[in-house]
Amino acid sequence: MGAAPRAAFEITFDGRPVPALSGQSVAAALWAAGILAWRTTRVGGRPRGAFCGIGQCHDCLATVNGRPNRRACLVPARPGDAVTTQEGHGRAGLDT
Amino acid sequence: MPDSTPEAEGPGPWCTTDGPTPDTHGPGPAPAPPAEPCDLAVIGAGPAGLAGAVAASGLGLSVTLLDGADRPGGQFHRHPDPALGAARPGALHHDWSVFTGLYHRLTSSAVTRLTGHHVWTVVRDGDLWAVHAVTGPDGDGDGDGDGDRDGDSDDGAGDGGRPVCVRARAVLFATGSHERHLPFPGWTLPGVVAAGGAQAMLKSGLVLPGRRVVVAGSGPLLLAVASALAAAGARVPVVVEASAYRAYARVPRALLAAPHKLVEGAAHGAALLRHRVPLRTRSAVTRAHGTDRVEAVTVSRLDRHWRPVPGTGRRIACDALAVGHGLVPQVELALGLGCATRRTPDGTYALVLDGVQATTVPGVFAAGETGGVGGAQLAYTEGELAGVAAAAHLLGRSALVRTARVRELGRRRARLRAFADAMARAHAPGPGWTRWLDDGTDVCRCEEVTAGRVREAVADYGARDARTVKLLTRAGMGWCQGRVCGTAVACLAEAAPGPRQPPSPERRPLAAPVPLGVLAALDTEETGTRDPDPDPDPDPDPDPDDHPSHDTAIATATATADITATTATATADTPAEDSATATDAQACSPPDEQ
Repeated sequence: MGAAPRAAFEITFDGRPVPALSGQSVAAALWAAGILAWRTTRVGGRPRGAFCGIGQCHDCLATVNGRPNRRACLVPARPGDAVTTQEGHGRAGLDT
Repeated sequence: MPDSTPEAEGPGPWCTTDGPTPDTHGPGPAPAPPAEPCDLAVIGAGPAGLAGAVAASGLGLSVTLLDGADRPGGQFHRHPDPALGAARPGALHHDWSVFTGLYHRLTSSAVTRLTGHHVWTVVRDGDLWAVHAVTGPDGDGDGDGDGDRDGDSDDGAGDGGRPVCVRARAVLFATGSHERHLPFPGWTLPGVVAAGGAQAMLKSGLVLPGRRVVVAGSGPLLLAVASALAAAGARVPVVVEASAYRAYARVPRALLAAPHKLVEGAAHGAALLRHRVPLRTRSAVTRAHGTDRVEAVTVSRLDRHWRPVPGTGRRIACDALAVGHGLVPQVELALGLGCATRRTPDGTYALVLDGVQATTVPGVFAAGETGGVGGAQLAYTEGELAGVAAAAHLLGRSALVRTARVRELGRRRARLRAFADAMARAHAPGPGWTRWLDDGTDVCRCEEVTAGRVREAVADYGARDARTVKLLTRAGMGWCQGRVCGTAVACLAEAAPGPRQPPSPERRPLAAPVPLGVLAALDTEETGTRDPDPDPDPDPDPDPDDHPSHDTAIATATATADITATTATATADTPAEDSATATDAQACSPPDEQ
């Protein structure tokens, strides 16, 4: 293979800078930085990250730029994206 | 694939773009006028869909090709974004030249290409079919049109969540497959990833889940995944295969009939040898160890029914595990139209197709994995057949399917199907795999339902199929709609004694997540009148309560739209229903080697 990426930029994960390449998904950028989990489950609070890699399993849900439940394996990384660990359903503000 | 063609993707009569999810990248603020119906809507731009679209277009049909990804090729020819600058994107692919050749024919054809379109349902619309999709990388997107009520940046970076309706005179389902999974203790740990998922992330993002990756499960995909991971620099300490590969030896005729497959297998075998990757058959990963990520796995010997042999467990250190047990046809859109299914030799549900890829519903065709998992060569063959058959059907020219080319495609299809059936039999999960579950193992990853709770539903509450287990435990009711746990839940339920006709777990009225605002914007009255006959096929056990129509799901979801966050993802909990005509295979039937 081999690759000569055209552009590298930064996103953040829980505030920490993570390099990303143009054309990579959010999940791919996180994997490249050695980050495998970016969600905690609703019931057990267990860590999860990408599993199926093709948008089917929804295990990779992340909060991207404040918006929860984005499938990180499908959403392309963009310069400056702020990815944060999604806790539970990601809508704690709606809890009553 | 270039951007979609805005003027060709106008809304249908009950798809509005001026609702709560405005188009941020579309033709303008005014709703586009309804598009003219096309002859053929092809859903899926993998090998089958590409071949079907090109063949149909070549015979004069107006064709619209829809796919959720932003590049064609499907999962098989998944490849990096050009911006990643991969030096040889075809290095990880077989048949790359076939793909590029077909892609060039596609781009020089009149086919309308709609990328980034996630089709969530297809319904009858008078004499036409209405194909409903939402746009964006994950069908949701940043352009949520909420006026920034939820505090997100809404910076217009995405163009998602826009509803699109394509009307067509015929439909070709080329929706492919997804991976089958059998759970085991520890499989929810980060670092445990789907085998196909690891391959997909590598093919499209050029990334690995770890440095030392065990590959395990069953099926020929494992060899491809292991050789790709090794070629990309990962250390693969072992490939663990539950079946005995010598099961292939019982079908020499099918093997000899598919030399291409042998060449492909030999290439993977050679790559594994070069990277010194051992293959251990009749074995399985029966536990993954670690606290917050996988640190090691236990590999155990299996007997011929896939029961772990006590005392054979051996711990192998790794920082990732890529695991999968074959593929499952993705047929929910076709099931929604009432297309009949059959059980394949390894227990999956595939569409019943005639000699030229027609389903049991007139005007609806299918090709590739939807008719039974068989690989890219078969998908190319069936896609072309389906494209020709759709043209013959729509143009009233039956001579089109009586040509020498069609006969040749038919012979190739028979050959490749025979090989696929042999592989399916060789890798069919044995019933003993459930012995490696402990009661605390999460079977349903989304809803965190353990094997113990599923077993309780079966033993104490009499559940005998996946749907009843779902109603009792929520297993299969979450985000993935049972795509990941469906096989496992069905196996656990069907292990109980007694006759039964298990309903297909592949019944999903919403085939992709849909923002509730999109559903709310649908005219439910019209939806009701346009709903197809919910069950045109004979049902051996008619039960009116068991057959909800589309409008039920849509109306229910719509009714809740006002009281729920507008951009929440809707997932329908709808009872499974099956139009299968035969259930001669069990999902967990042992390899027929008695």
